[in-house]
Amino acid sequence: MNDHGLDLSVSIAGVLLENPVTVASGTFSARDSGEFYDINELGAIITKGVAMEPWEGNPTPRIAETYGGMLNSVGLQNPGADAFLREELPYLKMFRPKIIVNIVGKTVAAYCSAAEKLGGADVDMLEINISCPNIKEGGISFGADPKTAAEITREIKRVTAKPIIMKLTPNVADISEIARAVESEGADCVSLINTLLGMRIDVHNKRPVLGNQMGGLSGPAIKPVAVRMVYQVRRAVRIPIIGLGGIMTGEDAAEFLMAGADAVSVGTAALVDPTAPVRIKQELIDFMQQYGYRNLREIRESFLNQNN
Amino acid sequence: MTKAIIEAQIIDHTEITRDVYRITLQCGSFLSGVSPGQFINLYLNDKSMLLPRPLSICRAEADRVVLVYRVVGKGTKELSGYQSGGSLLISTPLGRGYDLDDVFRTLDGRSGYGRIALVAGGLGVPPMVELAKAIRKRMTGRIKLIAALGFRDETFLIEELESFCDEVQIAVENGSAGFQGNVLAMMEKQGAEADYYLSCGPRPMLKALAVICSGRNKPLQVSLEERMGCGYGACVGCACKTKDRDSGTVKQKKVCKDGPVFFGEEVVWDE
Repeated sequence: MNDHGLDLSVSIAGVLLENPVTVASGTFSARDSGEFYDINELGAIITKGVAMEPWEGNPTPRIAETYGGMLNSVGLQNPGADAFLREELPYLKMFRPKIIVNIVGKTVAAYCSAAEKLGGADVDMLEINISCPNIKEGGISFGADPKTAAEITREIKRVTAKPIIMKLTPNVADISEIARAVESEGADCVSLINTLLGMRIDVHNKRPVLGNQMGGLSGPAIKPVAVRMVYQVRRAVRIPIIGLGGIMTGEDAAEFLMAGADAVSVGTAALVDPTAPVRIKQELIDFMQQYGYRNLREIRESFLNQNN
Repeated sequence: MTKAIIEAQIIDHTEITRDVYRITLQCGSFLSGVSPGQFINLYLNDKSMLLPRPLSICRAEADRVVLVYRVVGKGTKELSGYQSGGSLLISTPLGRGYDLDDVFRTLDGRSGYGRIALVAGGLGVPPMVELAKAIRKRMTGRIKLIAALGFRDETFLIEELESFCDEVQIAVENGSAGFQGNVLAMMEKQGAEADYYLSCGPRPMLKALAVICSGRNKPLQVSLEERMGCGYGACVGCACKTKDRDSGTVKQKKVCKDGPVFFGEEVVWDE
């Protein structure tokens, strides 16, 4: 229960989040975002992708604006697992939100080493990024096929006892099939959607806008696709879903909950307005009060009851 | 919380030369701690353009900030249509500006007269105004402040810089005023040597200046430009390769947060 008499909490794979608002991987930096709002307001922090070794990322420009959205081709620049454990995790531990470490790799073995190492640290869950469209090896190549998605889930479950969230890509014909494949191998949760592969061409200079030519599309422009996919996956699996993709307001968050998400992530909105996660949380509270919802389950069920 | 997104009133908005606009915003007392070289994120009212526009601070006084920008695309075109009297959302100052302590430490360590040169090209000129103002405030009589400014066609902000600098040299590519050619050619020809260089402008200019400064063993700080996402360090869109000045270790830094101002010798120019 919070001060409003509402219960915003949600349990994901046995991990209790105070509220359903999390920050999407790659769009949050505790030290930098924390200059704009109190991080303790979040339900969970999902870190930037962490690999075993440092990654340099892609050439610039890495950002291009699109109508109601943006493309990024950052390419998972990260300082590696050792630097994360040394410099980032102790800082995150000073705050209340649950810590979900996003893991990236180029091979199954690399994912597993990272999962073993980071899962062994004082973190709450691991999110396995098998959906980044910006790297040549790894990333999306594991998440686009049900067989490889199942295999990597199975291998990671072997090396860590921490709950794992498989982050799914929308760049597939049938996302339900991938969700079922990872659930069958023991995934504790799925998060969706990662970005949609996109491209922009500068017609005046006749070249791609991004240094890496293509990038991942995010922001409000992709929200209907994300809602549709959460809705489909909800009907395909029983494990919890973290829904994301273009959430800009509390009503957007409610939309994902009605589609079947247990929690939500705010990503691009926080790049536009650094305080978006806390604003969206407040707007969700306002929405619940407006309609008399006392907890998140009531939001989900109100939609189901009316549409089944 | 040390930073915020705040509403600002547009109290003046003028086209000072073709396609170059000066916008003056009133925004409460959040600007007290501005350091020259910092920038402000400006949020457009048309929400189909999601990302903030980072603009360097040209002048900051108590509750007012002046930004000077060129219309180069859809966002700045939209911005140029905003009328004075209206309002818009901006961030409080972002990024790391020029390290003036280092400038004065270097100059104070010398005997006799010292010269500081501000070297700017195009839209690198606006932040030089606040920088010149801040230097003037700390200067003693044995320091001379000169500005070497390069423009493509029309000049702007010359008077503002003249009010803070001992000397302002102008180079215009099309020869319509001052020296005909680029700013570095002008400096070469007019022998504008200094003990410390502070610069902002197109990357090729900064790189060429870095080579000159390195050859003369003179310190240089440069303000880099890169396509930004969030502007406050969260997205890592605006990376730049740097090497540690002592260890030589190469590292990706964030232009928006670790910069935009870096030491010239710290930047890996050839990528």
